[in-house]
Amino acid sequence: MDDLNRLIARRRRQDLIFGAFGLVCTMLGIATLVILLVDLVMDGLPRLNWAFLTSANSIIDPEKAGILIPLVDSLLIMLVTAAAAVPLGVAAGVYLEEYARKNWLTTFIELNISNLAAVPSILYGLLSLGLLLYYLNLHQLGITGADQRWPLGPRGSLAAAGITLALLVLPIVIVATREALRSIPLTIREAAYALGATRWQVVWHHLLPYSSGGIATGIIIGLSRAIGETAPLVTIGAAGFWLVLPPSPIQSAPPFLSFAWLLEPFSAMPIQIFTWTQDARPEFRVNAAAAAVVLIVMTLSLNAVAIVLRYRLRRRINW
Amino acid sequence: MQPLLPEPSTRLSQQPVPRSVIFRERLIEAGLFFAAISSILITLGILGILLYESSDFFRNVSLGEFLTSTVWTPTFENPQFGILPLVAGTLVTTVVALLVALPVGTIVAVYLSEYAPFALREILKPMLELLSAVPTVVYGYFALLFVTPLLRQFLPGLEQFNMLSAGIIMGIMIIPYVSSLSEDAMRAVPMLLREGSYALGANRFTTAFRVVYPAALSGIGAAYILGISRAVGETMIVAIAAGGQPKFTLNPTEGAATITGYIVAVCQGDVEHGSTAYQAIFAAGLLLFVVTLLFNLAGYWLRKRFREAY
Amino acid sequence: MPQTVAPTATAPAVESLKAQAIDLNFWYGSKHALKGINLSFPENKVTALIGPSGCGKSTLLRCFNRMHDLYPGNRYQGQLLLQPSGCNIIAPTTDPVEMRMRISMVFQKPNPFPKSIFENVAFGLRLRGISKPAVLRERVEEALRFAALWDETKDRLHQSAYNLSGGQQQRLCIARALASEPEIVLFDEPTSALDPMATSRIEDLIYSLRNRVTILLVTHNMQQAARVSDYTAFMYLGELIEVNETAKMFHMPTQRLTEEYISGHFG
Repeated sequence: MDDLNRLIARRRRQDLIFGAFGLVCTMLGIATLVILLVDLVMDGLPRLNWAFLTSANSIIDPEKAGILIPLVDSLLIMLVTAAAAVPLGVAAGVYLEEYARKNWLTTFIELNISNLAAVPSILYGLLSLGLLLYYLNLHQLGITGADQRWPLGPRGSLAAAGITLALLVLPIVIVATREALRSIPLTIREAAYALGATRWQVVWHHLLPYSSGGIATGIIIGLSRAIGETAPLVTIGAAGFWLVLPPSPIQSAPPFLSFAWLLEPFSAMPIQIFTWTQDARPEFRVNAAAAAVVLIVMTLSLNAVAIVLRYRLRRRINW
Repeated sequence: MQPLLPEPSTRLSQQPVPRSVIFRERLIEAGLFFAAISSILITLGILGILLYESSDFFRNVSLGEFLTSTVWTPTFENPQFGILPLVAGTLVTTVVALLVALPVGTIVAVYLSEYAPFALREILKPMLELLSAVPTVVYGYFALLFVTPLLRQFLPGLEQFNMLSAGIIMGIMIIPYVSSLSEDAMRAVPMLLREGSYALGANRFTTAFRVVYPAALSGIGAAYILGISRAVGETMIVAIAAGGQPKFTLNPTEGAATITGYIVAVCQGDVEHGSTAYQAIFAAGLLLFVVTLLFNLAGYWLRKRFREAY
Repeated sequence: MPQTVAPTATAPAVESLKAQAIDLNFWYGSKHALKGINLSFPENKVTALIGPSGCGKSTLLRCFNRMHDLYPGNRYQGQLLLQPSGCNIIAPTTDPVEMRMRISMVFQKPNPFPKSIFENVAFGLRLRGISKPAVLRERVEEALRFAALWDETKDRLHQSAYNLSGGQQQRLCIARALASEPEIVLFDEPTSALDPMATSRIEDLIYSLRNRVTILLVTHNMQQAARVSDYTAFMYLGELIEVNETAKMFHMPTQRLTEEYISGHFG
């Protein structure tokens, strides 16, 4: 009997030890995140002010260098990315979930999407470099008329950057759309069909409205990934140093909207961080840290929105 | 007010569905179909451009040299095109990353699935997943300017650009990929199996590692493989913290370029379009694509097998 | 297995028929779920379909609005005629959408859309091209009154349908089905998810609809069939065993299987 008690005590101890160990391991990841944030804020503190956000870059004076242009360019790139990836991704998700019959083609598409979701992002960059820039001529036309040629050929434009990231985000939007649609019970579809709705009417009047929260969550997660992507933008010639704001999309004179900015050369937040990190002068690393804080605040707040959205969604609809 | 259910002859629903509606339905379905097909076009585009540029490359460079030579200097006067240094760099950083990510990711998954109380899990899991929300360029900064100086206090021989800190940070970044998918797999294991084990007097530890882990193995395997695929394809951390110089070495304390790191290094420099050096990055990209494709297919197959099991 | 299959498929000649199944067969993939059904459905009467689980009664019901078309691998054969036009509901050339506009359905579990009460009822009307707000309001009110739900909901028409109780939700689904003036309403075990109070209200409702619209009612509950239906058909393993006026059916079934079933020996 004593042996058994000793055995039980040992087992209990084992559980206690592993429980503590598991918590430590989990905290290791979270602690890294916290240390990283603290390190960045401490490194970047001298530059974390309003002027940093609203000034252009400077190649000689790190204290005057700001991130206005990469910040604006990143936001414009996200505009293009969302405009391209959302309609295409939602449409593809709707097709696969609501229209497609189970056959070799849909199996192949599914396999293909699952592969695309895990393809290294730099390969999307090579696709854009080789195809978009060189063969489809989606490069910048240049605002100054000066020779902006970049060693690998024409430099990519804001449009090329946005489309490149859209390709990257597409699988995320498709998968999120499919999961959101799948969570709608069959009985809702049957109710709509039984009233004489066509397939598209069921999708448009019922399924898309009821899954919009889940789809929006996926889009936000995708955009938060896209805004931090560096590698595919490096390959299409993002500028590490750029001083010119693109022309505004909104004009004061009719037709009020302008698309001239689409073919401008671009910089981007992660590219700026990359360039500053590589700068041999340590003063510029302070700028890198400060820009990284700004970028992390952007991606983490997008993620926070997604988490809140998902949480509220789970509470709102109980089918 | 007309009566609710009038004579059949006057019912509005008698009208057949108009042609225009049927036409619209067809049109929409065709549009959606093309959206779905677009994903295949992207893959074909990637594969096509890689093959197209590589085919020119292999006209100038023999496949034998590419796969066996240990010198990779495409931009030098006398260029040599042996991919092995880049493969070695990729291998070392991946192994270091996996040494961190697989054990820690597995333990985290077991802890969250089998040990953690519900409320704690609901807080820890999303926090852990934020690790994958940090841009990789920021991780690169952190590895180069925080982890490397820190490690140098213990390893004085550590070079400024080294594969060790790049690999460690990459591993931490991959933890949530491994732990989330593994945890999902373990939670999908039916409660009955656990109850059987507990009913025999087993503790949590034994139940977790002797019953749940083996039952979820194919799902966990998929998580591991996707983690490997991430590590092989990760670019910015290694480009920043491991340096861009190809070097045939397996020593993690040295700096060396990986396949991805090299592509980034070249794209920042002066390489003429159409030159063999330009085509070389596509050849390197092709190798990267093939390797990750194999891992992704294996992961897909394992995940599918796991879903069919439960 | 039924030893004798001699369904009295001919309904009383005095009444006009709303629908007729002639040698109707149906397969789920390779599973033969309906085997040569011959059955007539009198106009503006309630016909109940009874039988043990898996006997094909729901399958037969779902042929009427071609719900089986939504899933791959299903196959119809034979005729299911909608009178007086004689159009074959299950013919490949017949548009399922048109059939669903003319024949509406109430499901096992209440399945309102996650929209307002008003929009739930209005959806079918909008599909039929009614968009004038005044007309919509009028038709929604009529339908809700008809489903005995108007008094409970008239002050909260624009609240979510999910705020209603289960029984109210099912009456809302009935209102939704009636709003578009269908020729036939299909009820697929409409009370199986409801408590006895709610059940009796739904039964009253179905009873009050007789003489206005043709109703098909699938039910597990033989008392329910006895209470609300004019005719009852008993099915077993995909075959029609017996059909008769409800009173006759429950008092003197002609088939032994029917007798065993209604006296509770199996099912």
